[in-house]
Amino acid sequence: MSLTALAFYLFASITVLSGFMVISSRNPVHSVLFLILAFFNAAALFLLLGAEFLAMILLIVYVGAVAVLFLFVVMMLDINYVELREGFLQYLPVGTLVGLILLVELLMVVGAWQLTPAIDATPALTADPDLTNTAALGSVLYTRYLYVFQASGLVLLVAMIGAIVLTLRSRSGVKRQDISAQNRRNSKDTIEIKKVNVGEGI
Amino acid sequence: MVEWLAGIYGGTDAAWFFSIVTWILAIVAPLLLGVAFAVYADRKIWAAMQLRRGPNVVGPFGLFQSFADGLKLFIKETVVPSGANKGIFILAPMLTFVLALIGWAVIPWDVGAVLADINVGILFIFAISSLGVYGIIMSGWASNSRYAFLGGLRSAAQMVSYEVSMGFVLVTLISYAGSTNLSAIVENQAGGLWQWHFIWFFPMFVIFLISAMAETNRPPFDLPEAEAELVAGYQVEYSSMAFALFWLGEYGNILLMCALTSVLFFGGWYAPISALDFIPGPLWMIGKICFFFFIFAWVKATVPRYRYDQLMRLGWKVFLPLSLAAVVFYTGWGMAFGYIGN
Repeated sequence: MSLTALAFYLFASITVLSGFMVISSRNPVHSVLFLILAFFNAAALFLLLGAEFLAMILLIVYVGAVAVLFLFVVMMLDINYVELREGFLQYLPVGTLVGLILLVELLMVVGAWQLTPAIDATPALTADPDLTNTAALGSVLYTRYLYVFQASGLVLLVAMIGAIVLTLRSRSGVKRQDISAQNRRNSKDTIEIKKVNVGEGI
Repeated sequence: MVEWLAGIYGGTDAAWFFSIVTWILAIVAPLLLGVAFAVYADRKIWAAMQLRRGPNVVGPFGLFQSFADGLKLFIKETVVPSGANKGIFILAPMLTFVLALIGWAVIPWDVGAVLADINVGILFIFAISSLGVYGIIMSGWASNSRYAFLGGLRSAAQMVSYEVSMGFVLVTLISYAGSTNLSAIVENQAGGLWQWHFIWFFPMFVIFLISAMAETNRPPFDLPEAEAELVAGYQVEYSSMAFALFWLGEYGNILLMCALTSVLFFGGWYAPISALDFIPGPLWMIGKICFFFFIFAWVKATVPRYRYDQLMRLGWKVFLPLSLAAVVFYTGWGMAFGYIGN
């Protein structure tokens, strides 16, 4: 077995295993950490495929930013494990039902799965072998798929503005530091020097 | 570099493996030694700035102080708090240490003298440094202590904030060098001091240096371990070797950031003037790393700590718009005058 195959089986099995641990571990923080491990190994699988740009972006965006915020939120939750276990039987029927529906849908999709003829008719873009991975992606993304790319950027922008609008509230009575106001202060209009004669006071 | 040594070893698969292992040792062993002396240099520089003597007892001029400290930590008892989440508690310092080391794999020391000459080198370092937050946030959570937890949360928010502006700085440099390979970025600065990026990208250089300090939790941005409010933040429950691993990882990260700054802005292995070309490239790299390390220590000794809301303001309201505007300006300038894409 070649080294690449060995690496593939290693990373793939860790990915699947940690994916399983995400749903089976009791502690939600452990779940998130296993999710991060799964992301990490998926990035390693990308590397094995020769898609180094995607691997690094997966690490930077998902592991470095999204999962950190995820972990942040989960850690702040005050979770009572006893209560969590008590609710297990109560939610079991609903959970089983949802799981069953998902399973049936998955089986139906996989069972009846075939490519539409339209996809078969469109040939895949051939990458220039001289270009690196990053350059090849960029040259397609910013020329051929420019509008789609920009549109997805706009969708993200709308989502971002939505999140800001939802959480923005202006509270009154909060003392905020206004740095430009502080910098504009000078000794002339803040300090008043008075000559006090002995025995008189101000 | 790896190929050359593998050739000497015989060129088989095993030779490649042993060649890589040899080079890893050749980078990591001097690095750890360098970390020990960096801690010493740090303390000496602060001492000099505060008119103190600093470590001066162990060895000549106190040179072996770090080794004495290391030995002291090594023979101390490892205490795991009973309420701690043991697995994660032990994993966190290891993660910090390992992540501080693997970033060095892509740092170029001379023409072709790089362990892993991957063409996404800069993204690799960016990814590794963004993973560094996990060591801190995991230790903060697993310690089951309020101080540690607050330190971990602060650090997570801080590192995510400063990564954004750092990314924009990197985007500009990548677009001018036309590659994400670190060697290519250094090659782009060939031809003496006037070609070095810090002259042409001076605002970016300032943003990058300050973000690097925030990213490595150095003062004035060391809020995760602000001793006046959080005792020692995320490392408050750690003792013995676990604490030493945090310490090594922190300084390893600082040196990595110094190396990255010299690669990105200070011409990497190149000499400032061609008359000095006879000095080998790795020595220039080491000299530049020392220079930036001095700047880090200098800043720590002179600047007071930021308040948390000021830190967030600097990251999101000052650096983010500034670096975004600079990306637009620099790429526009480069496209208009033909510096980019040829």
